[in-house]
Amino acid sequence: MFFEFLYQLRGQGIPASLHEYLNLMDALSKNVIQPDVNEFYVLSRAIFVKSENQLDAFDRVFDAWFKEKMKLPPINLLNAFNPEWLKKNLLHGLSPEEKKAIEEFGDFDALMDRLKELLKEQNEEHNKGNKWIGTGGTSPFGSGGYNPKGHRLGNKSAGNRTAVKVWENRTFKNLSGNTEINTRNIKVALKYLRHFSREGLPTELNLDKTIDKTSQNAGMLDIVMQPSKKNKVKVLMLMDVGGSMDDHIAVCEQLFSAAKYEFKHLEFFYFHNCIYEHVWPDNRLRWTKRIPTIELMHKFGKDYKFIIVGDAAMSPYELYFKGGGIDQNNEIPGIHWMQMLSKHFKHFIWLNPIPETNWNFFETVDILRKFTNYRMFPTTINGLIAGMKCLKNPKKSYKKDIWGDF
Amino acid sequence: MQFKGTEKYIATSALQIAVNAAIHLEKPLLVKGEPGTGKTLLAHELAKALDKKIITWHIKSTTTAQQGLYEYDAVARLRDSQLGDRDVTDIEQYIKRGKLWEAFQQDESVILLIDEIDKADIEFPNDLLLELDKMEFYVYELQKTIKATKRPIVIITSNNEKELPDAFLRRCLFHYISFPDSKTMKDIVDVHFPDIEEQLVGEALRVFYSMREINGMKKKPSTSELIDWIRLLIWEKKDYDALKELDVKFQNPPYLESLLKNEQDVELLQDFQKYYGKR
Repeated sequence: MFFEFLYQLRGQGIPASLHEYLNLMDALSKNVIQPDVNEFYVLSRAIFVKSENQLDAFDRVFDAWFKEKMKLPPINLLNAFNPEWLKKNLLHGLSPEEKKAIEEFGDFDALMDRLKELLKEQNEEHNKGNKWIGTGGTSPFGSGGYNPKGHRLGNKSAGNRTAVKVWENRTFKNLSGNTEINTRNIKVALKYLRHFSREGLPTELNLDKTIDKTSQNAGMLDIVMQPSKKNKVKVLMLMDVGGSMDDHIAVCEQLFSAAKYEFKHLEFFYFHNCIYEHVWPDNRLRWTKRIPTIELMHKFGKDYKFIIVGDAAMSPYELYFKGGGIDQNNEIPGIHWMQMLSKHFKHFIWLNPIPETNWNFFETVDILRKFTNYRMFPTTINGLIAGMKCLKNPKKSYKKDIWGDF
Repeated sequence: MQFKGTEKYIATSALQIAVNAAIHLEKPLLVKGEPGTGKTLLAHELAKALDKKIITWHIKSTTTAQQGLYEYDAVARLRDSQLGDRDVTDIEQYIKRGKLWEAFQQDESVILLIDEIDKADIEFPNDLLLELDKMEFYVYELQKTIKATKRPIVIITSNNEKELPDAFLRRCLFHYISFPDSKTMKDIVDVHFPDIEEQLVGEALRVFYSMREINGMKKKPSTSELIDWIRLLIWEKKDYDALKELDVKFQNPPYLESLLKNEQDVELLQDFQKYYGKR
C-alpha cells in the first residue's frame, strides 16, 4: 500500500528509493511510532525528505495520498467486531465518570449491542450526525464528538491537533520555492580549474626529498619540509547585466555564488551588452564607481583566467560601430575592446546562457564565437566542464557542431 | 530507549520521533535549521537523557575525513628510529586515534556528534560514507579493520553553507528544526527561567516576534538570542513595565545588541523606525 506513496513522492521530485522504503518498513516493524497517522507522517518525513526544500512537496504528496486512502471502502467493521476485545481495551483507559456514563446507558453489553446494531445499518462514511458512527457528532460512537456518553473510535483526539492539519498547513511552503538552489554540481564543474601550487610557509613533510637527503646524509635523519598545496587559480569574471540577460538571472546567480565559493581570487565586474571603456563592480553604483577597461588589463596580470558571462546577443552595430553602445557614446568600437582583452588575457573563455541550439539565431553570437576561437560554452554542467578544461589549456577549443546532437 | 526531551530541552514530537527512528534504525540523523535553534544542543541533551557519553567532532574548513579516523605520525617514528628512544617496530604508538575510532571502541554505545559538517570541503561527506554505513574502517599501517563494538548514535548538524552530496543524504534521516511557535517558545523560556514572571515573558516574546517579523534581516534573532536577552532583562531587574508600551516600530528594545548581531541589521531596524516615525 505504501508503494503507491513512494511513486507519488518520486513523481514530485523527491528522490525516494527502495532503500528509504525498506527503512520505513523497518521502523514500522520496530514500533518506533504509535499507530497514529500524525506520527506516521513525521516518521515518513524524516525518512524520505533529505532537504528542507523538499518539505513542501512532501506535504502535498502526503496530503493527496492520505485523502486518497481515506476514500477506500471501509473495512467491514461487523466482521471485525469483537466485544471481548473492545471491553478489555476500552474499559482499561476509562475514568470513573466515563464508567458512570456507561452505566447511564445501561451496561457495557447494552452499549455493545447498540454498536453492533449500528454497524449493521451503517454502510458509508458518516460525519456530524446524532446517530451514525463518524466524527464530530452527538451519537455515543465516533470521534471528536460532544456526547458525554460517547466513545471515541479511531481518531486520537478532537480539536486543533488533528493529524490532517499538520501537513495541510504546509508550514514549509516558503522554504521550497521554485529556484533550485543546487549549486553543488556547478561547484564540482568549476573544480576542474583548480590549479594547485606550493607557496608560503613549509608545513608539510616532503617524503621523497627527506629520503634522498637522509640517504645522502649517510642515514642520519634530514627532514625536508614543503608548503602545502593550495588552489592558486585567479579568475577575472565579467558579467553582462540588464536587457536580454534578465532571462538568465537565475543561472547567473547560481554561477556567481558557486564561483565565489570555489575561487579564492575572484575579481568580478559588470558590463552591459558589450564591453566598452568602462566596467563597474556594483550595479547600484554603475554611473559613479566605474573602472576603465584599460585599468583591468593593467591591474590583472596575464595569469588571470578571464571569463565573460553574457548572451552575446546584440545588434552588430553595437559591436562594430563607434558610438554603437546601447547606453553610452563609445569612441572605440566594442570589437576593439574585445581584441585588446583577448590579447592580454591568454586564458579566455565565454560562457553563454543561451541554449547552444539557439546560438545560430543571433548573428553576433556567431561572430563572437568565431572571435573567441570557438571558446564559447553553454552554461550547462558539461559546457562548464569543457570550458574549465579549455581555460587550463589554451590550445583546446570547442568546435563541436552545435547541430551535431540532432 | 526513547527520547522525550529533557528538563532543559523542549523537543517537539516530530523531533522526538526523528531521534527515536534514528536510534532504532541505526542511521545518522542529519539536523538542519536556522542558527540558534538548538541543533548542537540536541546531541548534548540526548546524551543526558539516555545517560550516554558524548563524543564531539567539530568540523572546520580544513578538517579531512582521515582525521576523524586516525593520523599516522611518520616523522615521530623516523625521529625515534634515529634516537632509539622507543620501540619503532610497534607502529601502533605512532597512530593517533580520531574521534570516530574513539567512538567505535567504546564498550557502550555513545552519542557521536559531527558538528557543522557543511564547514568542511565539498567532498568531505563522501569520504565518510562507508565508515558511517558499516561503522568500520581499515587502518593501512596496522593492516587491520576497526569495527564498532556498539554502534554509536550519530547526530550530524549542518548550517546549509554547502549542499551535501546525495549519496550521503541517502544514508541519513533528516530533520529540519523549524523556528518554534510562540507556545513552544514559552515552554522553552519556562524551562530556562522557572521563576520568571508570566507577564514579562509574554511581553518579551511579543517584542521578540515583532523583531523577527521585520523583513530583510540578515540574521533574525533566534532562540539562543532570546534566552540571552531575557537573562539580561532579569539580571538588570527590568520588569514588565519596561516592555509593556514598547513597539519596535518606534523605539529600540533594551539590550538590542544581544538580539541583533550585525550592524546591517541594526541599520535596518533604524531605517524601519524612520519609516514609521515619519508617518
